[in-house]
Amino acid sequence: MPATEKLVCRGVWKLFGPGAEAFLARTPSPSREAVAAARLVPAVIDASLSVAEGECFVIMGLSGSGKSTLVRCLSRLVEPSAGEIRFEGRDLRAASERELIELRRHRMGMVFQHFALLPHLSVLENVAFPLAVQGVARATREARAREMIALVGLEGREGRLPRELSGGQQQRVGIARSLAVGPELWFLDEPFSALDPLIRREMQNEFLRLQSRLRKTIVFITHDFDEAIRLADRIAIMRDGRIIQTGTAEELILAPADPYVADFTREAPRAKILSARAIMRPPTDAPVAGTIEAGRRVADFAAEIEAAGAPFAVVENGRPIGAVGRAEVMAVLLGRPPEGRA
Amino acid sequence: MIAATLAAPASGPGRRSSWLLAWLVVLAVTIGFSHLPRGTLDGLWEEVPRGMQIPVARWISAATAWLVDDARIGPVAFRDVTRGLAALLEAPLRAASSLLATGLMRGEGSAAVRLLPPLPWLGVVGAGALLGLHAGGARLAALMAACLGYLAVFGQWQSAMTTLASIAIAVPLGVAGGLLLGIAAYRSRRFEAALSPVLDAMQTAPVFAYLLPILVLFGFGPAAALIATVIYAMPPMVRVTQLALRGVSPEIVEYGRMAGATPRQLVWRVMVPSARAPLMVGVNQVIMLSLNMVIIASMIGAGGLGYDVLTSLRRLDIGGGLEAGVAIVVLAVALDRLSQAYAARAGHGLPRSRLPLAALAAAVAAWGLAFLVPAVAVYPEGWQVSTSDFWAGAIEWLNVNYFDTFEAIKTAVLTNLLLPVRRVLVAVPWWWGTFVIALAMWRIGGSRRAGIAAGFALFVAFTGYWAPAMVSIYLVGVSVLIAAAIGVPVGIASGLSPRVWAWVQPAIDTLQTLPSFVYLIPVVMLFRVGEFTALIAIVLYAVAPAIRYTALGVREVDPALIEAATAMGTTPAQRVLRVRLPLAAPEVLLGLSQTVLLAVSMLVITALVGTRDLGQEVYIALTKADVGRGLVAGACIAMLAMLADRMLTQGAARLRRRLGLAP
Repeated sequence: MPATEKLVCRGVWKLFGPGAEAFLARTPSPSREAVAAARLVPAVIDASLSVAEGECFVIMGLSGSGKSTLVRCLSRLVEPSAGEIRFEGRDLRAASERELIELRRHRMGMVFQHFALLPHLSVLENVAFPLAVQGVARATREARAREMIALVGLEGREGRLPRELSGGQQQRVGIARSLAVGPELWFLDEPFSALDPLIRREMQNEFLRLQSRLRKTIVFITHDFDEAIRLADRIAIMRDGRIIQTGTAEELILAPADPYVADFTREAPRAKILSARAIMRPPTDAPVAGTIEAGRRVADFAAEIEAAGAPFAVVENGRPIGAVGRAEVMAVLLGRPPEGRA
Repeated sequence: MIAATLAAPASGPGRRSSWLLAWLVVLAVTIGFSHLPRGTLDGLWEEVPRGMQIPVARWISAATAWLVDDARIGPVAFRDVTRGLAALLEAPLRAASSLLATGLMRGEGSAAVRLLPPLPWLGVVGAGALLGLHAGGARLAALMAACLGYLAVFGQWQSAMTTLASIAIAVPLGVAGGLLLGIAAYRSRRFEAALSPVLDAMQTAPVFAYLLPILVLFGFGPAAALIATVIYAMPPMVRVTQLALRGVSPEIVEYGRMAGATPRQLVWRVMVPSARAPLMVGVNQVIMLSLNMVIIASMIGAGGLGYDVLTSLRRLDIGGGLEAGVAIVVLAVALDRLSQAYAARAGHGLPRSRLPLAALAAAVAAWGLAFLVPAVAVYPEGWQVSTSDFWAGAIEWLNVNYFDTFEAIKTAVLTNLLLPVRRVLVAVPWWWGTFVIALAMWRIGGSRRAGIAAGFALFVAFTGYWAPAMVSIYLVGVSVLIAAAIGVPVGIASGLSPRVWAWVQPAIDTLQTLPSFVYLIPVVMLFRVGEFTALIAIVLYAVAPAIRYTALGVREVDPALIEAATAMGTTPAQRVLRVRLPLAAPEVLLGLSQTVLLAVSMLVITALVGTRDLGQEVYIALTKADVGRGLVAGACIAMLAMLADRMLTQGAARLRRRLGLAP
């Protein structure tokens, strides 16, 4: 685990229906049958995760997997039925309504799937709104809002109403708005799912650009595995309310926890995900054409290997730990399953 | 339709046919009572004897008398509190009417001196046109100018402005009150549960029933009229507010919470502005209902056009009544279109514009001009046109030339339809009626609702209003049948053909804008007083929702289903009969439930033309200032309305489930 844990949740449950909390207090880890028998609907089951400072943590799952409910539990938009949530070590579930409002005003930001812009406010007023509810003076908040609008590249559209913008532009407003208070924890709930594929890609690049500059701690929800791979430092995969595996994209591809995860990873662009370390064979004494850092991705060094006649040594901290040649690279590019390494 | 719902299978076709048989037996027994020789049923079996009746009316009267005469909170008499409240409300009313109608006066009665003139007619017309331009463009501006100009040209200006002044105070009060109650109900489940039956009662009880307690508590005058108007016009705003707030996208609400909005900020800065469009629909409703009350409110002291209509009716001045009635309609059309245009624009933000400011400037400028040149202040009397003689002449001509035709139609409908139905219903004893009502409700809505229904029926029986209630059921029943017979085919035609709809829509829009009283005037002129006249007025008033909902249901059938049916090779007629109509059935039922509610609300007004039902009881109570009698008869009407409404909406919900349109 990375050094500072910003957001941690342990054993979080969300059951919909009356008496969920009392039920969980009586039976701490009920089976699905027991939940159904109590006439409760499980949305999140025993979820645990930990997000490090500056990390982009993606929760991936299909619709109905509980990912949206889980992210709402993390911000307490939805009250969890059981479990522990800590933000910078502080127990979020014990926070009063007043404290929550303070936290949300200064420390958290959220972007929504359908943008959730206020229809009666202009772009500028929308972005300034989170500051307005705090009572920040008009001049100050509008200056800050203009800064944010510039950050997402919407200068010149400050006076427009949301309905006059395209979907991509609306979501840029949503992003600018969520960043206006300078939050440390940034929730994005399927922010690009409602956009056309081309615009989605453009927005993903924009997101990467912003994140490289801002280094926020991010919880990002998506149902698109490719998106998860592009953006995530680590991914948690959810199914039927449970987190079934958490890890980097490479870990998920190399060691899927079950056939469900394997299904997702099958079509993934392996060359961009797998590193030299993951595909190398044991070091040999044969001559090498050069060295490759263990962390480099296959797509990144494939051309070098193709150009050279001999394999390369894989080095970590200057010490050779293995070798990669054409055979290994071809296997990745052709999509053959890696053989017993990792 | 109802029969189909009642006979709908709980399980299997066998049960359906046995239920059909059961209902046939019920029908036969019901008709059988009217053929029993007089005196076969006696004692308790015929009606609840006077000794066993519960004197609720007397209790209420006594309680009111105590409240008015003796109740005091410490040293302050309750009566003083209510009268004080009335005085408080009268101040803004007087201000508005000074501004629009009378000018600022000092002193009382004929000794009064006018200090400042009211807004001159040109200023009001100009301001109205500019607002029209702002809300809906040039066409609406022309309409506003034409409507307001009509009032000046046809000599209705003074009265119309008095009415407009009271509307201008009643509407903000109704909107604000409705908004606050709606928000409170949205935020607290418990408050909502408490409010819901009160709203039901307010919407179904006839206005006349609460006119009386208001009169007793607040005294005769514009303030009492204002209170009655607000009570009448507010409930839809409450409901619209609840619906509108619930309709705000959950993401927007979540966003508001994530932005750190306090609960108060969440409501006022996020939810209410996001729901502006549906809320404006509520504002439009409040305006229209306030106008609807104009005539009735004049019975307890509102002046203006309503008062003109009422006095003309009492003098049997046909022309004068129609003239003032038309002026109400014109005012209603102007305000309706204006507020609808604002509602339509609220959805996507109004363009920022100086036009409202210009409207204000125009009014002020005209006022200044009138101050300098008094001649422009008032529309010249010599240019006024009166249509009164024309209307009186037209009606007289119809009556002279077509009297026999009208008489023949009336007699035919009376002898062939009205009287036979009446004979059957009036003969139904209270215990059988209660049983049938409860049975039907049990079939449609289950045992709890059936229990409530039986409770309502027993309340009517044991307060001694069973006989007039059956007359009410007969009047409403026959008019709803006729309204359905007209409305459903017209609705189907308008649902299928946009061209028909283009003709029908303005017609039913106008029908719904007219205050209910207005329907009585021409009908009385042609058919004189009696149940037939009442019937026509009720049908006219209540037919619009039947058309509207049917058209909606037929039009909104999923196009994919129509395509599928076409692909299967159905003929156009089959597509209508076998696809569109069955799928539109729930909407039709909902439309009919609205029709029933409107028909019931018309009952008291038709009491003016001599019906012998619950409406008449309320009306008599009003003239005798008998609070208890009025309230109990009013409660009976409200219960009938709620029963019919629950049966039809439950039926619609059941049909919807059966058709797979709802889970």
